[in-house]
Amino acid sequence: MDLNYSAEELAFRDEVRSWLRANLPQDLREKVENYAHLSKDDLMRWHRILAKKGWVAPAWPKEWGGTGWNVVQRYIFEEELGYAGGPPIIPFGVTMCAAILLRFGTEAQKKRFLPRIYNGDDFWCQGYSEPGSGSDLASLKTKAVRNGDHYVVNGQKIWTTLAHYADWIFCLVRTDPTLEKRQEGISFLLMDMKSPGITVRPLILMDGGHEVNEVFFDDVKVPAENLVHEEGKGWTVAKYLLGYERMNTGRIGESKRQLARLKEYGASMMGDSRWRDRLSRLEVELTALEITNLRFLDRMRRTGQPPGADVSMLKIKGTEIQQGLTELMMEATDPVASDELSSAIRKRYLSMRKTTIYAGSNEIQRNIISKMTLGL
Amino acid sequence: MNFDYNEEQQLLADSVRRYLAKAYDFEARKKIVAGEGWSSETWAQFAQMGLTGLPVSAEHDGFGGGAIDLMGVLEAFGEALVVEPYLPLVMAVRAIERGGAPELKARILPDVVEGKGRLAFAHAESGTRYSVDGVKTTARRDGSRWTLEGQKAAVIGAPIAQHLVVSARTPEGVGLFVVERAEVKPFRTMDERLAGDVTLRRVEAQPLKGDVALIAEVLDFATALACAEAVGAMQFACDTTLEYLKTRKQFGVPIGTFQALQHRMVEMFISLEQARSMACLAASRADAGGDPRAISAAKIKVSDAARHVSQEAVQLHGGMGMTEELKVSHAFRRLTVLAREFGDADHHLARFASL
Repeated sequence: MDLNYSAEELAFRDEVRSWLRANLPQDLREKVENYAHLSKDDLMRWHRILAKKGWVAPAWPKEWGGTGWNVVQRYIFEEELGYAGGPPIIPFGVTMCAAILLRFGTEAQKKRFLPRIYNGDDFWCQGYSEPGSGSDLASLKTKAVRNGDHYVVNGQKIWTTLAHYADWIFCLVRTDPTLEKRQEGISFLLMDMKSPGITVRPLILMDGGHEVNEVFFDDVKVPAENLVHEEGKGWTVAKYLLGYERMNTGRIGESKRQLARLKEYGASMMGDSRWRDRLSRLEVELTALEITNLRFLDRMRRTGQPPGADVSMLKIKGTEIQQGLTELMMEATDPVASDELSSAIRKRYLSMRKTTIYAGSNEIQRNIISKMTLGL
Repeated sequence: MNFDYNEEQQLLADSVRRYLAKAYDFEARKKIVAGEGWSSETWAQFAQMGLTGLPVSAEHDGFGGGAIDLMGVLEAFGEALVVEPYLPLVMAVRAIERGGAPELKARILPDVVEGKGRLAFAHAESGTRYSVDGVKTTARRDGSRWTLEGQKAAVIGAPIAQHLVVSARTPEGVGLFVVERAEVKPFRTMDERLAGDVTLRRVEAQPLKGDVALIAEVLDFATALACAEAVGAMQFACDTTLEYLKTRKQFGVPIGTFQALQHRMVEMFISLEQARSMACLAASRADAGGDPRAISAAKIKVSDAARHVSQEAVQLHGGMGMTEELKVSHAFRRLTVLAREFGDADHHLARFASL
C-alpha cells in the first residue's frame, strides 16, 4: 500500500501545474477567484488556449486529438485544472457529446463534429430534462417524427445549461410513442440551434444568474443524418454517457482551492471553535474523498473496469463538500458588508444549491448505489 | 500509488480471517466473554500465526511489522469483535522496542513472540481524559532504582499482563516505565473487554528512554490501528444490516425495498468507504514517521463514521438490534468505544486545528 503518486506521476503533475500557472490568463484567474460572471468569450478563450496546447480533450483517442494519458494522469490533469482556478471546461461538447460520437457516431459524424468541438468552434448543450421528465427521464415526451430524409421535432426541454451560448444541442427525443417499454422508443438527435422553430427562453435562478434555459421545438426539421446510433436506441446512448468514466465528478481540485481560499478569507473566523470545527470536518471529508477517489482510480487502472456506481458516491460526497464550503464562505462574510466580493459569495451560496440536484440528483445517485452496489 | 496489501500482508489477513471464521464466530466469542474474558487458546493461535511477533523486531525473533502490516489484522479483529488485548500488546511492544535497554528487550520480547508474554499499556488516569501529558502517577528515583506511585484506569488487558508499560511523571517530565504485575482490579468494559484499574504503590520500575514524545508516538500509532479495527467492525455492521434488509419482511416484502431504508443503507456504506480511506491514510503516515495532523483527521472521520454506522445498524435492525442475541448490538458497543478510544472526534478536532 502506497498512497503517494509515483515519481513519474509527480513529475507529470508538476509539468501540468507549471504550465497552467504560466498560461492561465491573469484576468480569467481573477474572475474565477472573485466568483465573477464568466462570459462565453471567457469560457472559449480558455478552451482555445488548452486546445492549442493539445490538452483540451485528454480522454479522446489520440487520432482525434487525445493525449494518450492513462486514467491517473487524466485525473491529475483534471484536478490541477480545478486547482489552478481557470474557467471550467464546459463538458457538453468535449466530454459528453464527443464520448457519444466516439462510441456510436458514424465516421461522417465524427469528422464533422469532433474537430469543431476540439477547437471550440461549436458550443454544445444537452437536451435531456423536460418539464414532466426530471429524475424519471425515460418518460420524456419531445416527439420526433420521421418524414423522408428528416425528422420533425416538437416539444420542450428544460434546465438546458448554457443553451443561450450553444450552436448545437444533443437531445433525447421520442420517435415511437407506441412501445410498451418506453425506453425503446427514444432516439438521440443532434440539432443545429439555428434551426427554424427553436426558441430559447432564459430561466433566472435565485442568484439572479442566467445559466439555464427552456428550449422549445416547434416543427423543427432535423436531417436524418443527425441521428446518432439507431432509431430507438437513444436510451442505450444515454446510459453509456451516465456510466462514462468521469472520475473528476468529485471536483476535488476545485474544492481544495475553495478550502484554501476559505481559510484565507475566513481567517478572522478561526477563533470561533464552532465555525472552525465545521471547517475541519469539511477538510477531513475532502481528504477522505480524495483518497476514496484514488482508490477507485487505482482499481480501475488494475481491472480496466469502468467505475460504475462509484461515480455516484463521488458525486454525492463531492457536491455535499462543495455546498458545505460555499455555506461556510457565506457565513464568513461580514453580515453587513455589501461589497462586490461579499455579494458574489452570497450569490454563490444560492447558486451552489444546484449541485446536489443536477446531473442526477443525489437521491437518484443513492438509488443507483442501492441497486447496483448493494443489490437492494 | 497502490491501495492493495502486498502478498504477505494479504496472506496474513486472509489466514487471520479464516481462523476467526472457524474458531471465533459469534457463539465462540460469547463463551469467551462469559468466561474469563479472553482465551489462552486463541492467544496461542495468534502466536502461532505470527501475530504476537508481528510488532516485534527481527532482532528479538519477531517480524518487525509496521502499521500497514498490522492494518489487515486489526480489520479482521474488528469484523470478529475480538476481545483479546492485542492492540495494547502492540503499543507496549512499540514503546519497549523504541525505548527499552537491550537487557529489558531481550528479557521481555522473545516471550511475547512465543505467546507466553503478555503486555498492556497503562497510560490513562481518572480525569485526564485523552491528554498525553496529564499524568499524575509519579516516578521517584533512588540511586539507580525507580519506583512508581499512582493509579491507572481502565487498562485494557492488565489483568492478564505480566508486564505493564506505564506513563509516569518525573521531575524532568513525563516518561514511560516497565513494571511487573501490579495490583489490578479487573472489570469488563462497555464493549466486553477485559480491563483493570491499576494501583501502583512504590512499584519497582525500569525506565524507557524517551519522553512524552514517545507516548504521543505510541498513541498515534495505536490510533491509526484503532481506525483499521473500527473499519472492520463497521464492515461487519454494514454487511449484517444489508443482509437483514434483504431478508426481514414486513408488509409482505423485504424491508430493503423501502427507499427510506435504502438511502440510509447507502449512507452507511459511504461512511464506511470514507472511513476506510482515512484508515489507509493514517496507517501509511504512521509508517512514514508519523503525522499527527493526518492521524487526527483520520480519527475524526472514523469516530464520526463509527457513531453513524453503529447507530444506523441498530435502528435498521429494529428491536432485534437492541438485543444481546444479535452480534450487531455487540458491534454497536465496540464501535461506541472505538469512537472515543485514543480521543473522540472533538478531541481530535481541537488537535487538528492546532497543528
